[in-house]
Amino acid sequence: MREYKSSVPALEIEDLQGWYGESHVLHGVNLKVYPGEVVTLLGRNGSGRTSTMRAVMGLIGARKGSIKVNGVETINMPTYKIANLGIGYCPEERAIFSSLSCEENLLLPPKIRGAGKGMSQDEIYEMFPNLQERKHSQGTRLSGGEQQMLAVGRILRTGANLLLLDEISEGLAPVIVQALARMIRTLKEKGYTVVMVEQNFHFAAPLADRLYVMEHGVIVEHFEANELETKMPVLNELLGV
Amino acid sequence: MNPEFFIPIPVLLSQLTLGLVNGAFYAMLSLGLAVIFGLLNVINFAHGALYMLGAVLAWAGMNYFGVGYWTMLLVSPLIVGIIGIIIERLLLHWIYELDHIYGLLLTLGITLVIEGIMRSAYGVSGLPYAAPSELRGATDLGFMFLPNYRAWVLVASITVCLATWFFIEKTKVGSYLRAGTENPKIVESFGVNVPVMITLTYGFGVALAAFAGVLAAPMMQVSPLMGQNLIIIIFAVVVIGGMGSIMGAIVTGLALGVLEGLTKVIYPQASSTVVFLIMAIILLVRPAGLFGRDK
Repeated sequence: MREYKSSVPALEIEDLQGWYGESHVLHGVNLKVYPGEVVTLLGRNGSGRTSTMRAVMGLIGARKGSIKVNGVETINMPTYKIANLGIGYCPEERAIFSSLSCEENLLLPPKIRGAGKGMSQDEIYEMFPNLQERKHSQGTRLSGGEQQMLAVGRILRTGANLLLLDEISEGLAPVIVQALARMIRTLKEKGYTVVMVEQNFHFAAPLADRLYVMEHGVIVEHFEANELETKMPVLNELLGV
Repeated sequence: MNPEFFIPIPVLLSQLTLGLVNGAFYAMLSLGLAVIFGLLNVINFAHGALYMLGAVLAWAGMNYFGVGYWTMLLVSPLIVGIIGIIIERLLLHWIYELDHIYGLLLTLGITLVIEGIMRSAYGVSGLPYAAPSELRGATDLGFMFLPNYRAWVLVASITVCLATWFFIEKTKVGSYLRAGTENPKIVESFGVNVPVMITLTYGFGVALAAFAGVLAAPMMQVSPLMGQNLIIIIFAVVVIGGMGSIMGAIVTGLALGVLEGLTKVIYPQASSTVVFLIMAIILLVRPAGLFGRDK
């Protein structure tokens, strides 16, 4: 892990405050993700993990503090400009478009200018053969697992290097969860930086290089994967795993 | 005996044809409304006023600058499109988060301003506008003499409607528009400049209204009130077809024009009410509209 820390973080959040309308949901979040890392945000429902991701994308009401993407300050940027810094965001609700076919959904996100090449359509189909079989189906007619593959697959094409994956294992059959775990490992080998929000501790823990735990809109614990065992009592208390 | 058994076929066919021409206007205007509602979530009451503005600009071009019909058919939508872009940036832009009623009220206000200005400038009596010389005269269809100008209106508006449909349903930019209609925030999170797309969509939607206005100018009197008379029917068409559906707007517009024509033959007294009767029935049976999806 040490070698990462000399470089500019892919994502650096400092004292992030966030609001949805009147309600204050993030109370000073601090976290850093280095290029090539897989980092997991753990926490109970409502602890602010999804809000943190949405705040990075500029999708919450108001935000204060600092969010740097590859060293560029984004706190005052509109969403589309933040995305064009090389972020691929897979929202919790998947957001598959019903007026588009499976393939149109996959091809919808435009390539990011100046970013890396991204995966080809064939590589994505190779990873998720189901999507190729169903490419002409209406997006929302796919099964839950297929929709999840589609929601993740479509952000791999654009050249985005920092992936924000919100609860991708939620509500899916074990065999699909395993496929997604394989995918995360493949992405790591290819050099992607991944931030995951996960409820499913047993899915997330073996994949992560580092883990953050949130509660009440702040980070309350932070440790590396090899400290996992010694931290289990604390995690038990915080998450009930 | 029912009177409809005495309707001569030529009368029927000619009313249907004229109804189709009217329907083409309904289609073009409701298409613009549907596209705007889809992406902006704004019920654009100003659509009728901007349609009127398109016609008045065509008249003004001819009378003040000697600019002919064909040029104004392009220039007038362009000017109104730019006005639309300014309206969106300056006014509509602020109210997307709010309830539909605010958009409706705001665009109603814009309508009153535009119509008021035109009224004080030109009064309420119509301004005559002649069809271009190439399109004068009529063609014998066997059952009727169809004015060439109306034939042109039919062809031009259906072409524009189909081109718009093709653009939205079959192109890449169109897929951003369709996806944006469902979930603009997520499309923006893919790096698509959704704010600009929204502005251009409003500009395009109202340019379409202005194009219809120029087409209408030689057929009807150009008058500051011409939009008012039409907009209510257009709203009914959009409600029947289903808010936000492109093909729904086109098909419903044409069909209702034809139905109106048919009513003129069978029971003329009902011809101006039939659209609203159908609207009421549709709202009871299928509130989302014939082609609509529940939002």
